[in-house]
Amino acid sequence: MRVAVCIKQVPDTEARLRVSKDGRWIEEEDLRYVVNESDGYALEEALQIAEGSGGEVIVVSLGPQRVQEALRKGLALGAARAVHLVDEAFQGGDAAATARALAAVLQNEDVDLVLTGSQSDDAGWGSTASMLAGHLGWPHAWLVMGVEMEDGTAKVTREMESGMNEVFRMSLPAVIEVQAGINHPRYASLKGIMKAKRKPIDTPTPAELGLDPAQLGAAGSRIEIVDVAFPESGEGAEMIEGDASTVAQTLVDKLQNEARVL
Amino acid sequence: MAENTIYVVLQHRDGKLHRMSREAIAAAQMLAGTIGGSVEAVLLGSNVGDLADQAAGFDLAAVHVADLPVLESYTPGAYVNVLAPVIREASPAFVVFPHTYQSVDLVARLAQEIDAAYVPEVVSFEASGDDLLWRRPVLGGKLQARVRVKGEGTVFLSVQSGAFRADDAAVAPESGGVAITPLAGTDVSSDRELLGVEQVGGDQVDLSKADVVVAVGRGIGKEENLPIVEELAAALGADIGASRPVIDNGWLPRDRQIGSSGQTVAPKLYVAVGISGAIQHLVGMKGAQCVVSINKDPSAPIFTVSKYGIVGDLHEVVPALTEAIQAARG
Repeated sequence: MRVAVCIKQVPDTEARLRVSKDGRWIEEEDLRYVVNESDGYALEEALQIAEGSGGEVIVVSLGPQRVQEALRKGLALGAARAVHLVDEAFQGGDAAATARALAAVLQNEDVDLVLTGSQSDDAGWGSTASMLAGHLGWPHAWLVMGVEMEDGTAKVTREMESGMNEVFRMSLPAVIEVQAGINHPRYASLKGIMKAKRKPIDTPTPAELGLDPAQLGAAGSRIEIVDVAFPESGEGAEMIEGDASTVAQTLVDKLQNEARVL
Repeated sequence: MAENTIYVVLQHRDGKLHRMSREAIAAAQMLAGTIGGSVEAVLLGSNVGDLADQAAGFDLAAVHVADLPVLESYTPGAYVNVLAPVIREASPAFVVFPHTYQSVDLVARLAQEIDAAYVPEVVSFEASGDDLLWRRPVLGGKLQARVRVKGEGTVFLSVQSGAFRADDAAVAPESGGVAITPLAGTDVSSDRELLGVEQVGGDQVDLSKADVVVAVGRGIGKEENLPIVEELAAALGADIGASRPVIDNGWLPRDRQIGSSGQTVAPKLYVAVGISGAIQHLVGMKGAQCVVSINKDPSAPIFTVSKYGIVGDLHEVVPALTEAIQAARG
């Protein structure tokens, strides 16, 4: 099977974040970027499926130059080649604009399956891959916790609320959006990292994909972030300050005498 | 385009409207108040006459019902087949969905199908000049963004759990009588062959009745730090729970997971250690009476739902707290 996996590079979720000067996003300088958590699981799932069927993995990402690092990681883990939508026209789009660009790439690839994470840890639209599936005319499933290939179909386990899963079969080709925790992602070997340096990364332009730049990136987006902010301080917790033993003593006192839960 | 019409797509389970469907009705009604419009509900299912009557008990301009055997269970294919032509034809200004796992599976696909704009996970909205601004969490809930929608056409919204109050959903005036209209369904087919529903991770641990819960998150750093927290739990006589990353890392078994895809808890005391407070976790513990949070990041969203907060290193704060509790309990 030929499997494409779409990944996104996002700020490290443990990073200390600051709002940017224009107020519309976070300060990106000095931030550490990582492969989006659920996309990392999708990559592992893609590698396992390809290995199990003697196929290969193509890793695809849209984003600025820094994203090459994420693609190299995918190549080091075992993907055969990468596609990087790095052209300025692709950048800054909402889920719909990003899906349009990814669809143009995948329409040219003869793949049986597209895997990706369920939601990005930055913008978190949770929509891109479902929209991509619509462009391709393929079935999709979101929040997937298990995939098994059986007789040219995919048996999929999907999370529902309240600790329940539903299990169903869907036809291929398909777009499957996996949830973090579906597998145990591998680490790159030194050999893999060395080999990755020689693997190709294609960088198609909108024109090469037959796309109108007006339909892409920020220009092609209907959803626009006006500003971002931290939740207002003061709404919420009474903060207890001091050294550890003072804090502990104060808290116990409050739990006993104020909240009366101890 | 029906400029003042707002659709709300209802979700249901076991013959009842989902609580979040009532929240979505409340959100749609509030939006109707803001733009001066009216709300019509859409209900999909098989043998859902009773549910349609339940829906008609709310203050709505109409309830549209697609009652077909193929809609017995949710599949995105059949739901898109039914909803796409209905929404395209009516062209409402907004379609409001509850932000459930079912909706998220469906709504982006439906939006793509009819070229609607989609704003997911809305927690509130406000008018700003001629625009409406939609507030939603970003960066794992650490920040909130206000977004606006440009251009013409129907806008889809999914409203986050608990953001609007189910009790605020206005009921129909007694004289009323909300019209229930059937939707024609032609060429409706499922794109999934359902094989079954299963419980995740067994049901060995039931945290839902625990009086005291100590929950750990990714912020504890590594599995080796668990014993410090377990000692606190022992001192409190608490059950241990965890947010999703801890489970995904294999530090605790899946039946300890609290949140939208795990268990829902409502203890008297909930102590969150190293939990940042993504919405998926918050929906599982918002019933807690008293929340105490310990986190090294002062901007962690968990503090916004806590009664008491401590910013600090768990290696210092947690053992001190364990000791203080042991002393207090003699």
